[in-house]
Amino acid sequence: MVTSSVTHPPVREDATLADARAAIWRALGGIVDPEIPTVSIVELGIVRDVARASDAWIVTVTPTYSGCPATRIIEADIRTAIGAVIGEDVRIVTALAPAWTTDWIAPEGRLKLREAGIAPPHAATLGAVQAHPVTFRRPREPVRCPNCGSLRTTELARFGSTACKAQYRCTECLEPFDFFKPH
Amino acid sequence: MTASKPAAPAAELFDYLLRLADNGLVLAQRLGEWVGKGPVLEEDIASTNVGLDLLGQARLWLAYAGEVQAIDGAPSRSEDDLAYFRDSRDFRNLLLVEQPNGNYGDTIARQFLFDQWHVLLLGQLTLSRDERIAGIAAKAVKEVRYHVERSADWVVRLGDGTATSHERMQAAVDALWTYTGEMFAVDATERTLIDAGIAADGAALLPAWQSSVQAVLDEATIVIPADPFMQGARSRGGKQGIHTEHLSRLLAEMQVLPRSMPDARW
Repeated sequence: MVTSSVTHPPVREDATLADARAAIWRALGGIVDPEIPTVSIVELGIVRDVARASDAWIVTVTPTYSGCPATRIIEADIRTAIGAVIGEDVRIVTALAPAWTTDWIAPEGRLKLREAGIAPPHAATLGAVQAHPVTFRRPREPVRCPNCGSLRTTELARFGSTACKAQYRCTECLEPFDFFKPH
Repeated sequence: MTASKPAAPAAELFDYLLRLADNGLVLAQRLGEWVGKGPVLEEDIASTNVGLDLLGQARLWLAYAGEVQAIDGAPSRSEDDLAYFRDSRDFRNLLLVEQPNGNYGDTIARQFLFDQWHVLLLGQLTLSRDERIAGIAAKAVKEVRYHVERSADWVVRLGDGTATSHERMQAAVDALWTYTGEMFAVDATERTLIDAGIAADGAALLPAWQSSVQAVLDEATIVIPADPFMQGARSRGGKQGIHTEHLSRLLAEMQVLPRSMPDARW
């Protein structure tokens, strides 16, 4: 593996580093979220950065929800997958700020969510958090049914099978479905 | 993230972080008591998810508290050490969150009164001069938005529901109201940190809390208790480690395993 810039010409060094970096990103792209096993952690926006420090590769991740039980599994998966590709241990840095938002979910991730029967989130309204007191009647953006595409859907419960999802039902095709909440 | 240098005495900051942590830790433990016996499946899942969020937030606060304590030369304690090896007098949570679950209306009322305050508190803390606090708050406030939406919905559903559910929701609000004053009382610890731009000023949160709570309770046909008594700013309570008897029982259950088998691994 690459050791230091003293022993190699800079150009070769960069190429090797770039290759390793690309291989790491490919490996990360193959890791799926254990609770949404069709979407990768890269597509979900959980992986924020891959960087080379003097002694190790550093992968920066941002946890989705504070209490998400998948976080530890994802970290273990990252170690395994990258270890297999570059043959050395990786350092995982958890960055809390800026906080993860569903706006970071890539377009292909949204597509895969819909294909898995999960309605993807609307744009999260960042910045509006402090301003609005929460009262009972709130305007809600309609959620499109991932099965039939109808907007005639209704919320069954604010929390679904995981903290990041709500339970909805389509009044057109009558199918229940998960909605990935804007966050 | 590295610890940003706190601009306030570590002792005050440590105490404040425990207040933030213990609210989540204790309430998460209470919500965990509903696992497997919620009134409907969706609510069983929802209360568990809310508990998980709060526990995750508590871990972040506790981890920071452990690091802050080390600044003063004390041995650094892990989040587990702080959660499992402190006694009730060392807990800094609000009296509200340690109150027993009661019926589901009691649980929802407790959650609602807390959530409405929690979302405002975290909103303020996103502006804290302590970057670590601001970062955790920015993450947590997004989660708590959903908590308060759910608890507000249920206050209305139960309050404006059947005669029985209305009666119970009113009784729950009546019983819990007295514990809400503590959320807005500012003691010397908080004053020091407020002046340093680190902590949120509880007193400043009161008007927004009152108007949000009032709006939902109106919708729920629930009246705010006629007796306006709330714990005064000068009284001592959970934030100073003076708790109701309920906390000791809760801790006994929460802490028994690591205390009897300190090396136990999951």
